[in-house]
Parts: sequence; C-alpha cells; structure tokens
Amino acid sequence: MAALDTTADVREGVDRETVETVRSMSGTYKHGWETDIEMEFAPKGLNEDIIRLISDKNGEPEWMLEWRLDAYRRWLTMEEPDWALLEIPPIPYQEQYYYAKPASMTEKPKSLDDVDPKLLETYEKLGIPLKEQMLLAGVEGAEVSNDRKVAVDAVFDSVSLGTTFKDELAKAGVIFCSISEAVQKYPELVKKYLGSVVPQNDNFFAALNSAVFSDGSFVYVPAGVRCPMELSTYFRINAENTGQFERTLIIAEKGAHVSYLEGCTAPKRDTHQLHAAVVEIVVLEDAEVKYSTVQNWYPGDEDGVGGIYNFVTKRADCREARAKVMWTQVETGSAITWKYPSCILRGDDTQGEFYSIAITNNHQQADTGTKMIHLGKNSKSRIVSKGISAGFAQNTYRGLVTMHPKATNSRNYTQCDSLLIGDRCGAHTVPYIEVKNASSRVEHEATTSKVDDDQLFYCRSRGMDEEEAVALVVNGFCREVLQELPMEFAMEAQALVAISLEGSVG
Amino acid sequence: MLEIKNLHAELEEDSDVKILRGVDLKVGAGEVHAIMGPNGSGKSTLSYVLSGRDGYEVTEGSATLEGHDLLDMEPEERAAAGLFLAFQYPVEIPGVGNMTFMRTALNAQRKARGQEELSAGDFLKIVRAKAKDLQIDADMLKRPVNTGFSGGEKKRNEILQMALLEPKMCVLDETDSGLDVDAMKLVSDGVNALRDAGRGFLVITHYQRLLNHIKPDVVHIMSEGRIIRTGGPELALEVEEQGYGHILEAV
Ligand SMILES: Nc1ncnc2c1ncn2[C@@H]1O[C@H](COP(=O)(O)OP(=O)(O)O)[C@@H](O)[C@H]1O
Ligand SMILES: [Mg+2]
Repeated sequence: MAALDTTADVREGVDRETVETVRSMSGTYKHGWETDIEMEFAPKGLNEDIIRLISDKNGEPEWMLEWRLDAYRRWLTMEEPDWALLEIPPIPYQEQYYYAKPASMTEKPKSLDDVDPKLLETYEKLGIPLKEQMLLAGVEGAEVSNDRKVAVDAVFDSVSLGTTFKDELAKAGVIFCSISEAVQKYPELVKKYLGSVVPQNDNFFAALNSAVFSDGSFVYVPAGVRCPMELSTYFRINAENTGQFERTLIIAEKGAHVSYLEGCTAPKRDTHQLHAAVVEIVVLEDAEVKYSTVQNWYPGDEDGVGGIYNFVTKRADCREARAKVMWTQVETGSAITWKYPSCILRGDDTQGEFYSIAITNNHQQADTGTKMIHLGKNSKSRIVSKGISAGFAQNTYRGLVTMHPKATNSRNYTQCDSLLIGDRCGAHTVPYIEVKNASSRVEHEATTSKVDDDQLFYCRSRGMDEEEAVALVVNGFCREVLQELPMEFAMEAQALVAISLEGSVG
Repeated sequence: MLEIKNLHAELEEDSDVKILRGVDLKVGAGEVHAIMGPNGSGKSTLSYVLSGRDGYEVTEGSATLEGHDLLDMEPEERAAAGLFLAFQYPVEIPGVGNMTFMRTALNAQRKARGQEELSAGDFLKIVRAKAKDLQIDADMLKRPVNTGFSGGEKKRNEILQMALLEPKMCVLDETDSGLDVDAMKLVSDGVNALRDAGRGFLVITHYQRLLNHIKPDVVHIMSEGRIIRTGGPELALEVEEQGYGHILEAV
C-alpha cells in the first residue's frame, strides 16, 4: 500500500488582484430556481413504516419490500464512513423527507403528454428535451444531424415522469424505463441483478439507498444489440428538506453496447439536502457500457451555506471475458461529494476506464476517485483524474488499484493532475496500490500545479477578460477528460467548467 | 499613434529595482520604429508595461494609444483598443487548441468593440488564408497553443495572431531571436505585409539583421531604462559594426 498526500501550501501563485477580480464577478448557479407545485410527502423521518409506505406507493411486490426492510435493518447497525478527507456535519436523518412526489403524479400519467405542463416546463427550462424531436440543449443544431437522438428518463424528486423513445427502443429490444416500472414489469431481471454489484450492506449510504430508493433508471440491452441511441436520465431535486435516493441498474448482455448519460441539478437553498444514489452496471461477455455523468447539484453559496451532500456508490462488474466499462464524470456541483465509480474486472481481458474532472470552488469539498479491482487475466484499467480547486475548497483524489494473484499480466495506468487557483484551497492525491502477482504492472503519475499567471496574461493580452482566460486554461487542463464525453454532453460540460469557477479564483 | 512620455517603472515587489527611468517615445501611424539595446536595458519591461502585465509599478510618466490612456486599462482593454505584443517567449497553454485560442481572442475583441462574433466557419476561412502565408499548416492550428512548438513555430504563431487580430499598434519583442534565415524571412514578410498607413510598429531587437528585412523609419538605442540615442536606419548599422560600447560611452 502506498499513500501520497500533496497539500498546497501558501505560495505566491495567482496574484491577489487576480483573485479579487475574479471573486468580485458574482458566482451564479444557473439552475437554482424552483418549480412551484403541489407536492405529496411521506411523513418526515425514517422507520419501517416509511419504507412500507414508499414500497406501497410504488406498488411493489412483497419481495421488494422485504429486500428494502432487510437493507434498513442492516443500515441501523452501520456507521457513516469517516475515512474520507471531508468534514461532514451531522446529517439529521430523522428530520427529512424520504419520499416526495408531485401531487399530479399520484395517478400515473399514461405518457409524457399527460404530465402536468408545469413539470414539463421545468425540464424545458433546464434544456432537457422531453419531446422526441428535440435534442439536448447546448448542442449546436447545425453541427448535429437528426440521428443523434437521446432518450431521456426525467426523474423529479422521488418519481420518474416518464421516458422518451420507448417504442423505438423496444423495436431494438432495449428496455429503458424507471426502476419502479421495471420492478413491476421485469421482476425476474431486477431480482437477478439488483444488489448483485453493490450489495445492500456495501456501505452506510448504499444500505440507506437500498432501504429507501425511489426512482432511477433501468436499462437492459439484450445480447448482440447495439443500443440505437444515447440513453440519459435527468435528475432534478425540487422539494425542500427531501433526500433523493435514486437507484440505477444497467445490464448489458453478451456483445451488447450502450452509452448512458446522467445529469442533475437542484434549486438554491440555504439548507443542505442529501443525495445518496446507487448505480449498478452488469457487463457480460464482449459487452461495452459507457456511463457519463455531469453532476451539477447546487454547490452552496460562496460562504458555504446550503448545497447538496452527494454520497454515491457506483460500480460496474465486468463479469465475463472482454467486457468493457468506461466511467466519465464531470463533478462540479454539491457541497460535499463522496463518490468512487469503480470497476470489478472479473473476466479475462476485461477493461475498465475512469475519466474524471472534479471542480471545487468556495467551500465545496470533494473526495472522489475510483477502484479498479483486477481479478481476471490480462485485464486493463486506465484512470485519468483532473482535480481543480479554488476558493477555500478541498479536493481529494482517492483511488485503489488491486491486482489479485490470478489477474496475471494485467495493467493499470493512473494519471492524477491537480490544479490550484489561489492559495487557500487544497488538493490531495491518495492512491492505494496492491499488486499480488509478479506479471502485472501499475503505473502512477501525479502532478500538482497552480494556474499560471503567464498563461492568464497571455490570454488577456490577446483580448480575453480574466474570467474567460481562467475558463480557457482550465478547460485545457481538463481536455483529456472532456474529449471522452459524448458530444451531447461535451459542450455543456465545457460551459459548466467556466460557470463553476465564476465568482472565486482564490 | 503611440506616445510614451517620461515613463518610469519599477518592480512592484521591490521598489529598489527601477527598470524604466524616463522613456520618451512617439510612434506615428504608418511608422516602423526599432528599439535596440544591450541585454537588461529594459526593452521587454517596456513592452510588458505597455501591455499591462502584473508585477511592475509605474511611478511617473504616461503612455497613450491614439490619445487613450493605456496605463489605466486592463490588458484585455488595451488589446481591444488595438495594442498587440508579440512575446519574446510565447506562452504554452496545454490542452487548448491553437484555433480555439485565436477564435476566443478575436471574438472577445470583437465583442469589446461592439462587433458581431465570427462563426466557426467564417473564422476558419480567415485563419486558413492567413496561416498559409506564414507556412503554418493545419496541424499547427490544431495543436495546443505553443505546446511542443519549435522556437521558429512559436514566433510564426505570434505573427499569425497579429495578422488575425489586425491591431493598430504592434510591439514585437525579439521576434528574430532563435530564427534561422528562412524563418526570419517568413516572419519579416508577415510583418511587412501588415505595414500600412494606419498601423504603427515598435520592433525590439538585439541584432541589426532583422532590420535588413523589416526596414525601420526610426531607430532608438535603449540603455539602463532610457532611450539614449535616436536616429535613422544607419544607427542600426553603426551598432552592428561597432557594438553598443562606443554609443554608450558617447552619452
Ligand atoms: N520580474 C522581474 N524580476 C526581477 N528583475 C526583473 C524583472 N523584470 C525585469 N527585471 C530586470 O530588469 C532589467 C531589464 O530587463 P528586461 O526588460 O528583460 O531587459 P531586456 O529586454 O532589455 O533584455 C534586467 O536587469 C532584469 O533583470
Ligand atoms: Mg528582452
């Protein structure tokens, strides 16, 4: 085991004036508005009755309820993890709602056309196309041909409003629906795979999610099928004092291919809100799954008031030979991020990739990275992490690479770069490496640098203002990761990099 | 065009280091002025102070561009007002495509001047045409800004930016250093193509050879933070033949 910690000390770096100027440009979270709508809540707090109520609201079969209760009982015996480099204030688990749904969704609408227009407007305002002829906002129309379709599952607080392109996907044999719908329609698949990658008691937050999960997406791609379009889920937290506990399950059968995108936002509030998600991906022989996230939960204000607590367990199991999974994440939001999308490389010749950009500004904290568990022969993994820290933020890359005795001739390459803006933030790199066979190789490279004043001056001398200059330089720093995103998200992510650094370089 | 009066500047963090000690200089529209002088005489500092780089404190004097006070503006405002500096050491920006950089710069200036931004397509046409004259190929336009460029490529890239941004006042800091004969010709041709009645040039160079290609109207000699002599092109030849020594002695 090797751990390495690089903390930025106080140095000259970006000069005071730069810091002040950028600080004075007010930081603006673009999705901080809320939808005014009548909501139906379960009573505050968490107990077995609440879980029964959630299960009942979802019209779940008995086995699903038992599974939840089992998770809940395990959760009661567990404690919040404390090993991350995060300062987590006490979370009042009994003071929040675990289920919130727009009153208009009580009677489940037959299709998206029947959904309350106010809810549809919400997504329109966010730039999410719930009409099938529309494309994701941020994509320059002229450059995109009509066949770049994106199917969307829109999750609002605890419920899915509906999914688009259902018919077209069904023709290809692809199932894309909310997890609650899947529990009812495809119980055998859910029973077989739910919890098979992230067990109920995997960790404190996964156990909590298993007990109370509300909607999320279910994807099943049958053998040999290449999913004809990008699939995406857009999560919106709207209700106050409400946790969101989405659960996503993706299954790629032998030789299947699918690319899935996930986005999320929440209104500006001065209280914290909990988001504890679980994503499980099962990848069978020769199948490939690409999972991309643009996480833009409300980060809190410049004094660290409010913001989402984001505790997420994401894991992919490359169960059979030559299975391949690729995680790409752009983490710009949340007050606290605790997230390690991981790959279990079980089959021989499997491949796992993790590309990450984590931007923390003001008082945000992020402890994020990945685990690459090499179990199969000739398995390969690649990790590219770009951490950007500004303001008073703390940003940690935490990664584990293990090569088990049977994972002979396996390879890992890890590259972790940290960029500091100003002198009051911190960047840390904590890589754990375990190699238990002689033929495998692990390479790790890490750098920590400051945003370079010469680069900023060069940009400004060509006419860019300071904010544009910082955004350009940081986008350059993140390029290797940005280019891994599907086109639909790349532009949005680039703009987000700029927005999330607004208001404080320092 | 550019008018510098009694300009004094020192290091911001150490006021004992006085670099510019009363620079007087006036470059008219359509004129090419050269500044020569030994290493450390303050030539680069003058170019930085004009373009607004941090780290220097102006203690006295003024600098105006077409009557506008340069010293009161942010670097990007000076650029939008028409000032351009070709850097002695162009800066590398990893991960940022050269083309993206130039398009962002040009559109930022256009926006500042209240002009419409150029579309990706229109920009591409313009940049390709200008790059061709400087023998800058498509590959160099795609690569990250100055990253892994040879010395000559960096200098040609500076001139490409200048051609693209069409500034009113161009300051070139040792654009000739590190260039072989062919590259020097390319760069000089690039500069000469931009010479016109509405544009001024201040060409900083250590050697006379660049001035064989870019013929100056006026030559200044700088030493210890001042212009100590001003003359015609023949002054550059005098430096070439006799070195700075005797000129400095004569003062
Ligand atoms: N940032 C700086 N820190 C310390 N000394 C500096 C700095 N900038 C310039 N100087 C000093 O000022 C003088 C002039 O430098 P410069 O303007 O680069 O001269 P030139 O371009 O004529 O060679 C030199 O003595 C140099 O060492
Ligand atoms: Mg110099």
